[in-house]
Amino acid sequence: MGLLTNLKDSISRVTDGLFAADEPKRIGIYGPPNAGKTTLANRIARDWTGDAVGPESHIPHETRRARRKENVEIERNGRKVTIDIVDTPGVTTKVDYKEFLDHDMDKDDAVRRSREATEGVAEAMHWLREDVDGVIYVLDSTTDPFTQVNTMLIGIIESQDLPALILANKTDLPGSDVQQIANAFPQHETIPLSALEGENMDEVYTKIAEYFG
Amino acid sequence: MPGPTPNVDGDDSPSDDSDDGVRIDMISGARMDGLTGMEKIRLILDGVRDGNIVILEEGLSPDEESKLIEVTMTEISPDDFTGIEIETYPKAEAGDQSFLDKLMGRKSTQKLTVIGPANQIETLHKDENLISTLVSRK
Repeated sequence: MGLLTNLKDSISRVTDGLFAADEPKRIGIYGPPNAGKTTLANRIARDWTGDAVGPESHIPHETRRARRKENVEIERNGRKVTIDIVDTPGVTTKVDYKEFLDHDMDKDDAVRRSREATEGVAEAMHWLREDVDGVIYVLDSTTDPFTQVNTMLIGIIESQDLPALILANKTDLPGSDVQQIANAFPQHETIPLSALEGENMDEVYTKIAEYFG
Repeated sequence: MPGPTPNVDGDDSPSDDSDDGVRIDMISGARMDGLTGMEKIRLILDGVRDGNIVILEEGLSPDEESKLIEVTMTEISPDDFTGIEIETYPKAEAGDQSFLDKLMGRKSTQKLTVIGPANQIETLHKDENLISTLVSRK
């Protein structure tokens, strides 16, 4: 029974891909908190539509709802790729409101933020299982990529057979180590960038067109 | 269905020893085999929310891990439960799979997994051969 179900799912994925070829692909921007996901989403949206996706902040869990920017047309080498960008909350296995108290919040605000953050992470996991066609996985290249959340998320993405592009962000900061990320996930291509400074975005757009076009 | 986390003596009532130490439940692959995904997640979270460390002999599938994160998030509440710490050996790579497994998208999930309350367990070191954790009482 499981074999037949898996076969049916595999065929369904192929046929869905064929018939939906002209539909905009929903590309989820995933990663741990504070990796620069919203900064990247805003950079892409501003470069190709002139609008932003959402506010950026150094406080963890600034993005607490998945936000979508539809019909972002990216032109590369004479090809036009249309994607919907889905900026998702940073994925984690724990949220403690006390961490927010260090960012000049009172307890009520911190508790509210933590509650919204947990709802956002749950929503992001649901999107990943049900509603995205590809993933841009953003990592802060100044931090250790060998974390359980990264390992699990990459494993979940691979199990869904979703095309995934790994971006090593924050290359403008001292201590950035792109090779460490490439070593952590050798089965995927790693592209360095600074979403904040707009460094290497040309290559990022070329790869987006290549992976998700 | 087997009970969630009975004491080692088979008694489901809380042990008086729980105030003096940290309980570790080591759950065999055989015990998990007969459970549905949600039953596995409940078994884990019920144990962890009681302050126990749960060690799974064979781990969870990626889909179950995804649902574990999702359900954990729905159960976090201020001053009560702040979530989980989870560590697994980075195994189950594509190289371990058979051709049929790859074709059908099946992935091996056999990887020792340690799960505990986020406020009681801290990972000190992890590599492909060693997980070193510091466990504290509440």
